[in-house]
Amino acid sequence: MNKSMLIKNSRIIDPSQDLDVIGDLLITDGKIKEIAPDVKKIPTDCTILDAKGMIVCPGFVDFHCHLRQPGFEEKETIATGSKAAAKGGFTTICCMPNTDPALDNKATIDFIKATSALEACIRVLPIGCITKGRKGLELADMGELAEAGVVALSDDGSTIADSRIMKQALEYSLIFGLPISDHCEDAMLSNGGQINEGIIATRLGLRGIPNAAEENVIARDIGLAKLTGARIHICHISTEGSVELVRNAKKDGVRITAEVTPHHLTMDEEMVLDFDTNAKVNPPLRTKKDIAALISGLKDGTIDIIAIDHAPHTDNEKLCEFAIAPFGISGFETALGSLMKLVHNRDIEISLLISKLTAMPAKIIGSKFSKLGTLKQGAAADITIFDPDAEWTVDTKDFYSKGKNTPLNCHKLKGRVMATIFNGKVVYKDKSVKLGVKA
Amino acid sequence: MEAVGQIKAIDLKDEKPQPAQKIWKHKHILDLDDFSPSEIDLVMQTTEAMHEILSRPIKKVPTLRGKTVVTLFYEASTRTRSSFELAAKNLSADISNLTVSSSSVTKGESLIDTLETIEALGADIVVMRHPYSGAPNLASKHVKASIINAGDGWHAHPTQALLDMYTMLKHKNSIKNLKVTIIGDIIHSRVAHSNIWSLTKMGAEVTICAPSTLLPKGMDNPQPYFPKVNVTTDIDKAIKGADVVMGLRLQLERQQSGLLPSIREYSRLYQITEERLSKADNDVIVMHPGPVNEDVEIASTVAHGDKSVINEQVTNGVAVRMALFYLLAGGSHNE
Repeated sequence: MNKSMLIKNSRIIDPSQDLDVIGDLLITDGKIKEIAPDVKKIPTDCTILDAKGMIVCPGFVDFHCHLRQPGFEEKETIATGSKAAAKGGFTTICCMPNTDPALDNKATIDFIKATSALEACIRVLPIGCITKGRKGLELADMGELAEAGVVALSDDGSTIADSRIMKQALEYSLIFGLPISDHCEDAMLSNGGQINEGIIATRLGLRGIPNAAEENVIARDIGLAKLTGARIHICHISTEGSVELVRNAKKDGVRITAEVTPHHLTMDEEMVLDFDTNAKVNPPLRTKKDIAALISGLKDGTIDIIAIDHAPHTDNEKLCEFAIAPFGISGFETALGSLMKLVHNRDIEISLLISKLTAMPAKIIGSKFSKLGTLKQGAAADITIFDPDAEWTVDTKDFYSKGKNTPLNCHKLKGRVMATIFNGKVVYKDKSVKLGVKA
Repeated sequence: MEAVGQIKAIDLKDEKPQPAQKIWKHKHILDLDDFSPSEIDLVMQTTEAMHEILSRPIKKVPTLRGKTVVTLFYEASTRTRSSFELAAKNLSADISNLTVSSSSVTKGESLIDTLETIEALGADIVVMRHPYSGAPNLASKHVKASIINAGDGWHAHPTQALLDMYTMLKHKNSIKNLKVTIIGDIIHSRVAHSNIWSLTKMGAEVTICAPSTLLPKGMDNPQPYFPKVNVTTDIDKAIKGADVVMGLRLQLERQQSGLLPSIREYSRLYQITEERLSKADNDVIVMHPGPVNEDVEIASTVAHGDKSVINEQVTNGVAVRMALFYLLAGGSHNE
């Protein structure tokens, strides 16, 4: 690989510096060197990528994914998950600690870091557990986890049911300034529910999960964040009521951030009508009204980021009766294509979408790890190049992820990642993209 | 009966089913949501012909000779299973019964694997009962045999709803504008769900009545996903003027899960009693899919009273299932 690269003739959008220009971007030594309408001083042996008609932006940053390693390597590994992420335009991904063993101590975090260094094609940042073994009973050694390099703490997959433990976790996290990222679900209320509670659950004869199962815990967490002054991050919010709760908490000065997934933004509960286990996800796909509220929350800043919650499972695990199929959607490779629907439908501006995938998650992660989500001069050359108008049909056989579990198989999407550059190196490139070299 | 006088005669003397029924489109019977009114009509007419066979001294015709029916039950059942078994035998099918404990479902024994085995054994029709909603839908996508849903979770029980309708037709002129009230644990009842589909398709006015914890969700604005019916927690209002009152079996564990304060309170508030029934139409019939918890959801005097058609439902069940076997076999004969 050449040490320098020039991306020519593209529309460069970088929300971190309010940039939206047509021009060239020059990378040297793995860093952003220059953005200009027409870069004149091109180093010799420079790789040239003509990106006419494409959008160039900071590499996407995902704050919520499941790489399944260690423990569930049949579903995904750090190698396959990071490759899938690169194909989806991601250059930084944060992996959740619900592995086996759970990421609740330094040794497990070191394992993630070491394996990532060897096998991941992009940056993998681990999230540590809030409680030991994700059991919700005793706090994990957060100090050790912080020193080991976790970017947040989460027992994702479960809620800490005991409010006293949750309060203490928030209090204790203040020492390290790490956000506590909570999967908000009142499990007594969701009670083995399968899909959104409502008429579709009635039609299919499946147990419903009421909105309140999510909203009750968000309300509790807001109360506790207010009480302790700690940072709370709400995972995958899915209901209109949740958006309203977070909106009010922000007005109230609570240190709260929130994420939403591409599937909750673009698919509603109708997707499960044919008992499609690939559309079974937790929280469940909700209604069109909830989707409208999520979009408005994204626009007014109530929802800070889009996180993918990439949750791969094997075909066999999903090929079963609906009630015993695991929750989760494999999301990296369809994320941009799904989200671009919001732009094409004029629900949101493209710069807002990019911001929610780059500058905003980078802000939550903080600058401790490196300058992420920006094309500022000197920053790591983490770059995503995509064609906003390219139409394609999802074929899970082409997935790099081991998880083919998406309800979008055979669906047409508009918007396709053409190349992903990490630290100046091309880690993914569509077949149609040709690289030239300046003599 | 004159009430079903419009039923056309279907000639069953032929050894092979006739492809006369062009309206019949189904390879599987999973639920009644995708049945057209004319298909339901056809089932009713065919059932009438089968009913006639059942009144003969020798209740056997060669229609399904050489066909293999396998029953695959993941839940205990006496009535439904023997009803299917008798129906298949009356049509001269070979029948094999498979019982799988429902605990094996969660032990990683794949439903698909089991079905593939059954298919390798040469099954033409698989009759399936399963504790999980949608299991027959899954099955239908992975085997070549026809699947008949004999009850799945809280989802559907189409053959029960069809036999219920046939029983109603035996007593009433038409389903159109018939006032049918279903009382009991609606939310967990596949019988209620399938009845709501078939009855509303044929123009009945359906009312469902239950304590609010046992009413299905989303019923204030159900369309296009589910039919519109009257919903009430007031049993007297529900029964008033009804032509048909249908009770449902109450699973006694509903109390433990906090959906009901006590079985005693349920009986007091929602039992179908003679007194409550006196407000219904004079010619009301009382139905129940069985087995009945006597004096819980229905007073024993009502269950055994002169308005009860509960035993007729059982007899009609055999005829309906014969009709469905016949129609499915005819469909596959056409291919």
